Amino acid sequence: MDIEKRILNHDKRAAARLISMVENKDPEGLRILQNLYSHSGNAYVIGITGPPGAGKSTLTDKLTKLLRKQDKQVAVIAVDPTSPFTGGAILGDRVRMNDLSVDPGVFIRSMGARGHLGGISEGTAAAVKILDIYGADFIFVETVGVGQSEIDIVKNCDTTLMVMVPGLGDDIQAIKAGVMEIGDVFAVNKADRDGAKRTAREIDMMLDFNKELEWRPPVDLVVAYENKGVDVLLNSIMDHREYLLESGKFHEKRVANAKSEIVEMIKERIERSMLDNSRNEEKLDALSKQIVERTVDPFSVVEQLFEAYIASVEAK
Amino acid sequence: MFDKNQISILKDAVDKENAKTQEKLQKRPERKKEFTTGSGAPVNRYYTPADVSELDYMNDLGLPGQFPFTRGVQPTMYRGQFWTMRMYAGFATAEESNKRYKFLVEQGSGGLSVAFDLPTQIGYDSDHALSEGEVGKVGVAIDSLADMEILFDGIPLDKVSTSMTINAPASVLLAMYIAVAEKQGVSSEKLRGTIQNDILKEYIARGTYIFPTEPSMRLITDIFAFCSKDVPLWNTISISGYHIREAGSTAAQEVGFTLADGIAYVEAAVKAGLNVDDFAPRLSFFFNAHNDLLEEVAKYRAARRLWARIMKERFGATSAKSMQLKFHTQTGGSTLTAQQPENNIVRVAIQTLAAVLGGTQSLHTNSKDEALALPTEDSVRVALRTQQIVAHESGVTEVVDPLAGSYYIEAKTKEIEDAAMAYIKKIDDIGGATKAIDMGYIQSEIMDASYDYQKKVEAGEIIVVGMNKYQIEEEAPKGLLRVDPSVGEMQKQKLVELRAKRDNTKVNETLMALKTACEGTDNVMPYILEAVKAYATLGEVCGVMREVFGEYQQSVNL
Amino acid sequence: MERPIRVLVAKPGLDGHDRGAKVIARALRDAGMEVIYTGLRQTPEQIVSAAIQEDVDCVAMSILSGAHNTLLPKVAAMLKAEGAEDILVIGGGVIPQEDIPSLKEQGIKEIFTPGTPTQVTIDYIKSNVAN
Repeated sequence: MDIEKRILNHDKRAAARLISMVENKDPEGLRILQNLYSHSGNAYVIGITGPPGAGKSTLTDKLTKLLRKQDKQVAVIAVDPTSPFTGGAILGDRVRMNDLSVDPGVFIRSMGARGHLGGISEGTAAAVKILDIYGADFIFVETVGVGQSEIDIVKNCDTTLMVMVPGLGDDIQAIKAGVMEIGDVFAVNKADRDGAKRTAREIDMMLDFNKELEWRPPVDLVVAYENKGVDVLLNSIMDHREYLLESGKFHEKRVANAKSEIVEMIKERIERSMLDNSRNEEKLDALSKQIVERTVDPFSVVEQLFEAYIASVEAK
Repeated sequence: MFDKNQISILKDAVDKENAKTQEKLQKRPERKKEFTTGSGAPVNRYYTPADVSELDYMNDLGLPGQFPFTRGVQPTMYRGQFWTMRMYAGFATAEESNKRYKFLVEQGSGGLSVAFDLPTQIGYDSDHALSEGEVGKVGVAIDSLADMEILFDGIPLDKVSTSMTINAPASVLLAMYIAVAEKQGVSSEKLRGTIQNDILKEYIARGTYIFPTEPSMRLITDIFAFCSKDVPLWNTISISGYHIREAGSTAAQEVGFTLADGIAYVEAAVKAGLNVDDFAPRLSFFFNAHNDLLEEVAKYRAARRLWARIMKERFGATSAKSMQLKFHTQTGGSTLTAQQPENNIVRVAIQTLAAVLGGTQSLHTNSKDEALALPTEDSVRVALRTQQIVAHESGVTEVVDPLAGSYYIEAKTKEIEDAAMAYIKKIDDIGGATKAIDMGYIQSEIMDASYDYQKKVEAGEIIVVGMNKYQIEEEAPKGLLRVDPSVGEMQKQKLVELRAKRDNTKVNETLMALKTACEGTDNVMPYILEAVKAYATLGEVCGVMREVFGEYQQSVNL
Repeated sequence: MERPIRVLVAKPGLDGHDRGAKVIARALRDAGMEVIYTGLRQTPEQIVSAAIQEDVDCVAMSILSGAHNTLLPKVAAMLKAEGAEDILVIGGGVIPQEDIPSLKEQGIKEIFTPGTPTQVTIDYIKSNVAN
C-alpha cells in the first residue's frame, strides 16, 4: 500500500515517515502532502509555550490523558532547540510522557527547531498538517517560549496556552510585552509553590489593563505533577474553542493563519533562492571586507545583489 | 599556626624559586602544560606552609576524636579496631546468597552487605511485567518475608551487623529484617546495621526511585522516628556520595551534593518534630574511593570537617556523636576497566589505601571482573585480601591520620571544603536539595563534569592504562559469573505457592490499614511491619503506597 | 540531501545508571545528530513505539542490569514485526563478550562494551544507518 493510503488508514509509521520527508525537504514528501491536503483541517491545534522548566511536557501529558478518557485521538509535537554549531539536538520531552508511548490513540513526535531557515514554523506546520490528515482530533504543539518560537506558534494554532510558574518575579514584567497578546489561556503551574497566587494576580492585572478584550483569557492554577486543576484548564481551552466557533473567529483566525503561512513560505522561498543566487562565498567575503573598510556601504551592496538576482530571475 | 614573618620570608623565597624555574621551563618544559587532580582541579608544583598559612590547628583540625573531627571520629582509630570489611554481595535466590554470606563470614568479613535485585529495589514482585529478565541479576530477589527468612537462615542477627542497599522500599525491607529477627528470638533493640534509605541520590544519580520527593521524605522521617525508639542501634540512613561520583561528579561535587542531601534529611526530620541529637548520631555516610590517592584522602577529611561544622552551627547539635561524620567507602566501580581486568586489582589497592588513610569506618573493595559481570568467588577473595593486606601489612593503620600536616593534604582539604560549601550555598539559594533536584540543577552539574571527563579520555589527555594506552590484544574473559536464568521462574513459582498458603484475609486487612496510615499522618512503620508479618509481598506493600503517593517523574537536563 | 540522523537513546530494563546513556546522547548531539532521549525504565514496547513515531534511523540502548539477553532481542523482534527492520539497532553497557554473537544473530547489529570511545559509536552509526 502506498504511503498516502496508509496515512489515511491511520498508519503511524507512514505518518512518521512523511513528517521526516517533509522536514527534510524531500520533494516527494511535499508532493504527497499536497495530494493529501484536502484531508486536513479537522484537528484542533493547541499551542503550549512558556519558559524552560515551567512543566510544559508534564502538563501536555496530563491534558492528553484527559482527552484520551474522552476517546479522542491526540498528537503531540514537541519542539526543542537545535545547536546552532553542530545542527544536533537532544529532544527529551518524551521522558515526561512515557506511558503515552504505547497508547495507540496517541502519537508523539519530537522535533529539533533546526535553525532559522526552514525552522520551527515550516517543519512544525507540516507535521501539524500530516498528523491532522493522519486523524488526530487534537494536536498539541509544545515549544520552549524563547523569542521567536512563541510568536510562530500562534500562527499554527487555534488556541495558545501560556504556561507560567511562580517565582519568575521580574521576568513576567520583562516578557509581558510579547507574551500577553499571545496567550488565549494562561496556566500557572506548580501552584503548590509559594507565590503562585501572586503570579496569577499579576497576570490578571496585566490582562485587565486592556479592557477592550472580547475574549478575556482565563488564568488557571494547576499542579500538573499531581494532576490538580488540569480538568479546569482543559475546560478553559474548550471554552476558548467554543468562543472561537460561536463568534466566527475560528474561521477568521484560520484564514489569517493561512495568509501568514503564505507570506512565510514566500519569504523563505525568496530568501533561499536569492541566497542561492548570491552564495558566492568569495564574493560575499570581499564585499564584507569592503564594507568594514568603508569603501562601500551595505545598503548599496544589497541593492546591487538584489538587482542582479532579479535580472537572473527574468533571464530564466 | 605559622609565624607571619616566616611566611613572608618563605613567600619571597617561593617567588624567587618560581621565577628561576620558569626560566628553566622555557628550555625544558614539564610533561604537561597543566597538572590536575583526578577530578580536574589544578595542582601546584609543590606546597609550602604559605599555602596553608590560614590554618588554625585547633579550630580546623583538632585532635583525633575531637571537633571538627578532621583527623577522624575516634581517638584511636585503627589502633582500636580495623574498619569493618564489608563485602557487598547478593545474587539470584535467597538460598544462593545465604551460601555466599556464610562463605564471607568464614573468610573473616565482619559484616554482611546485602545487594538486592532491581525489581526488589523498585518495589516490584518477581512476577511483575517490568521484572522480566531482571530477577536475581544484580542482587538477591526478595518478594516476601519467606525469602528473607531463607536469606538469613543460620546467621544470628544479634551477632552480625547487616547493611542493606535499599532505598525507595527501605521501610519494607527493614520491617522484614525485624520480623526475621523476631522469629530468631532477637529483639529489635539488639539489631545492628544500616539501610541505605537515601532517596535523594536516587533521583540524582542511581535511578531506583519509586515515589515523588515529598512522600519519600516522609517515609524516611518515619523510619528515623521509629528506629530512634524501637531499633536504637540501627543506622537509619547512609547518605551516599558514592553514586554521585560514579555518575561522573568531581570529588568536591561528591562532598557538596552529598552533604546538601544530608542537610535536607536533617531539616525534614527537624520539621517532623524530631530532636537533632536524637537521630543525628544514627546518620551515616557512604563515599567513593577513586584513584587519585591524595585528593581522595583530602576529600574524606574535608567532608568530616564540613559536616561537623554544619551540625554544630547550622542545626545546633550539642552531642559530639551528632557532629561525627562516619562513613562507609566503596572503591570506584567506574574506575575499573573491562580491558586487562587484572590491572583492576592494583587500582582497588590504591583506592583501599585512600579510604584507610582517609579514616573510613567500613569498606567494600570491588573485584577485578566487575566491569564485566558480577564477581566470582575467587575475585571477591582477592578483593577482600587487598583490605586485609592494607590492614595487616602496610603499616598505615598504626598511626591515626598519618597524612595530616602535609602542606598539600591540608591545602587540598581546605580547597575541597570551600568548593563543597559553595555548592551547598548555591543549593540553599535554590531552596534546598529537593528543589535543586526537581530543577535538574545537580544532575546537570554532574553531567557536565562527566562529559568533560569523557572528552578528555577520548582526547588522550587523561590516560586510563590498558584502555586508551598500553592496550593489548585480549581474548574474551572466561569463567564469568552467570545467574541461572531460571531464577525468575523459581521466584514466580514461590509467589504462587505463597499466595495460596498465606491467610489472604489477614493480608488484605493489614494492607488496608497501611493504606489508611499512608493517607493520614501516622508513622507507617508499624503498619508495614504488620503487613510483612502477614506475608504480604513487597510488590503488594509498595503497590498500596504507589496508589496513595503516586510515582516520581524523572527530571532530565541534558 | 543534508539531514540530521535521528537516534533514539533508550535505557531498557530497571537499572538507573544513565551516565553512559547521557554521555552518548551528548556525543551524538555534538556530532550533529538529533537525539530523542526517553529516560529510564523503558519497556521494549515503549522503545519500539517511540522509534516508530519518531521515525528514527537508529535505536541505541544502554543496559547495565544484566537483562540484555531478554530485552535487546525483544526490541529487535518487535521492530521487525512492525516492518521497521531498517532501523539500526545497537546496544551498549556491561555485556559479556560471550553474549554478543547470539545478540547479533537476533538483530542487534553492534554491541559497544565499556571503554568504547564515543567516536567509535558515532562513526559506526554514520556509516551504518540506512540512507
